[in-house]
Amino acid sequence: MYSQGLIGADGTTHEDEEFLTAFQARIDAELKIEPNDPMPAGYRKTLVRQIAQHAHSEIVGMLPEGNWITRAPTLRRKAALLAKVQDEGGHGLYLYSAAETLGVSREELVDQLLSGKAKYSSIFNYPTQTWADIGTIGWLVDGAAIMNQIPLCRCSFGPYARAMIRVCKEESFHQRQGYEIMLTLCRGSDEQKAMAQDALNRWWWPSLMMFGPHDAESTHSDQSMAWKIKRFTNDELRQKFIDATVPQAEFLGLTVPDPELKWNEDKGGYDHGEIDWNEFWSVVKGNGICNRARLKARRMAHDDNAWVREAALAYAEKASVRETAVAAQ
Amino acid sequence: MADLMPDMIAGAKFKYVLRLADDQLILGQRLGEWCGHAPTLEEDLALANIGLDLLGQARSLFTYAGEVEGEGRSEDDLAFLRQERDYFNALLMEQPNGDFAVTIVRQLFHAAFMVPFWSAMTGSSDKTLAAVAAKSLKEVEYHLRHCSEWIIRLGDGTEESHVRTQAALDELWGYASELFEMDEVADEMLVTGVGVDAAALKDDWDATVDAVLARATLNRPEDSWSQTGGRSGQHSEHMGHILSDLQYMQRTYPGLSW
Amino acid sequence: MTEKNTPLWEVFIRARNGLSHKHAGSLHAVDAEMALQAARDVYTRRGEGQSVWVVRSSDIVASDPTEKEVMFEPTGSKIYRHPTFYDIPDDVGHM
Repeated sequence: MYSQGLIGADGTTHEDEEFLTAFQARIDAELKIEPNDPMPAGYRKTLVRQIAQHAHSEIVGMLPEGNWITRAPTLRRKAALLAKVQDEGGHGLYLYSAAETLGVSREELVDQLLSGKAKYSSIFNYPTQTWADIGTIGWLVDGAAIMNQIPLCRCSFGPYARAMIRVCKEESFHQRQGYEIMLTLCRGSDEQKAMAQDALNRWWWPSLMMFGPHDAESTHSDQSMAWKIKRFTNDELRQKFIDATVPQAEFLGLTVPDPELKWNEDKGGYDHGEIDWNEFWSVVKGNGICNRARLKARRMAHDDNAWVREAALAYAEKASVRETAVAAQ
Repeated sequence: MADLMPDMIAGAKFKYVLRLADDQLILGQRLGEWCGHAPTLEEDLALANIGLDLLGQARSLFTYAGEVEGEGRSEDDLAFLRQERDYFNALLMEQPNGDFAVTIVRQLFHAAFMVPFWSAMTGSSDKTLAAVAAKSLKEVEYHLRHCSEWIIRLGDGTEESHVRTQAALDELWGYASELFEMDEVADEMLVTGVGVDAAALKDDWDATVDAVLARATLNRPEDSWSQTGGRSGQHSEHMGHILSDLQYMQRTYPGLSW
Repeated sequence: MTEKNTPLWEVFIRARNGLSHKHAGSLHAVDAEMALQAARDVYTRRGEGQSVWVVRSSDIVASDPTEKEVMFEPTGSKIYRHPTFYDIPDDVGHM
């Protein structure tokens, strides 16, 4: 899963012209940047912020889906869901590691999330009310994530690109498991179809919001594009997502909850209604249905288990002292 | 009389396999509750791996139990559509996750039992059970290693972790004895070469647990109390709540495919 | 409050015998045993591994990227180390 189009990155940088031109030339030649290479401070800052937001999104994203692990309707679905949510944790881990190559520690990154300073994808601040939400998240949210993440495999920063290659490989089953759940519901009873439609109604617009603000309002987007941290604009990716997803909804026999949705022959894509940006910003600012619950759950996991991490560290220290003592004898 | 025997054996085998399946299902269900809430990201993945192993074992066992019963019940029919009194997991499995120490102690008790159990079961006269055992043995051997290392670190970590882990041991100790119980069903399975002599695994379990506790500087609790009932469907108050989650979908929307 | 950092480890995995261990990623663990287990649990969930190495990141000695030219450019001119440097008539066949 992916963080929405980056919020609030500031690519401002203060290196001299010669340095920046040489750096840009490397980027333009599609040479990857590795952690110890010289890089503009703004490039480093933007990446740390984006990778961290992405990692936080994976971690917080475990919660809405995790909400259904104990209630999954069959053993097959339960195993697939547990494996999927576990994967999200793994992806968070890979991404934290990629951010760490830029000189920030896991502990600092986690602190930023728990203190509420860091952003994560707003989609996870919506509740999973029914089993159909698990199907819809796999289908739409992971679908949107794939749109975002495939270009990131070619990101100019080596560790981020490598993490994304691993993530994309692993995520290939996520969207399929979601769509399979939706298919089963849509081929099922009227009640199941209604459940599927209700989930689509609730998740469609938040899924479109995952791509972030319109290009015109997306500050610092140009700089990220020039540095090849980003390869497509928010609106380009959103359009690709809509064009890919609408036929999938039709196949399911579901109605996309946008009365203005219409195929536009000239542009070879769908026209669509306007996103409720007030809702978007309200959720980004922390006022979504689940913002507080999500952070609280993460804080509890962190604080209530601090003694475990302390114990493990204390043991490792004791063991290493003992080892040194034995070696000295 | 003679033609009643195969039925009786099938009935005992069904119950025997079901017990085994229920143990793994309920413990796997408990581990699923941790997902997203573990002490570290690395441990979150580790607990999910153990949970997935147990769910996989449960699925094979439920499917086989359905075949043994011969009434066309699927793995999901058996896993989701029984009354509480018809679940036969040991009480240990349904105990709440508690803090991380409780979870790891519970897992240690389980793994220290399942390693010799599956190991003995690989010699079962029942080919299916022998095959499940061979696969499961490798899985629980890793669980045992993982939990042992954690117990050692928690026991010999900080003062707080030591106290918590000792408390977890004291809290769960009385639930371990149920694992070694033998009754008519288990005896019948033993006699027919299908099952395992669980009572005979106690020394093995003691040796494993004692060794871990010693390294962890923890005290082995007194054998002053023990709980039983799970094998005959008599559960703690926790079981009903587990089932309300587990069965929620199947009970709310009966007879549908998911 | 930022708590004490847990050491970072680099994970190398041999996908199958015959291949060398390849860098797979990183993780945090307090000691070698926990790092090894975490590497197994994090990086081999899809049957990716036959063997795992873990190395404390702080134990890795790396060349300095600012000395890249001094370290690696001089070999660029040793073209006689490459087979294409030598002229052998086509009639000789593959060599």
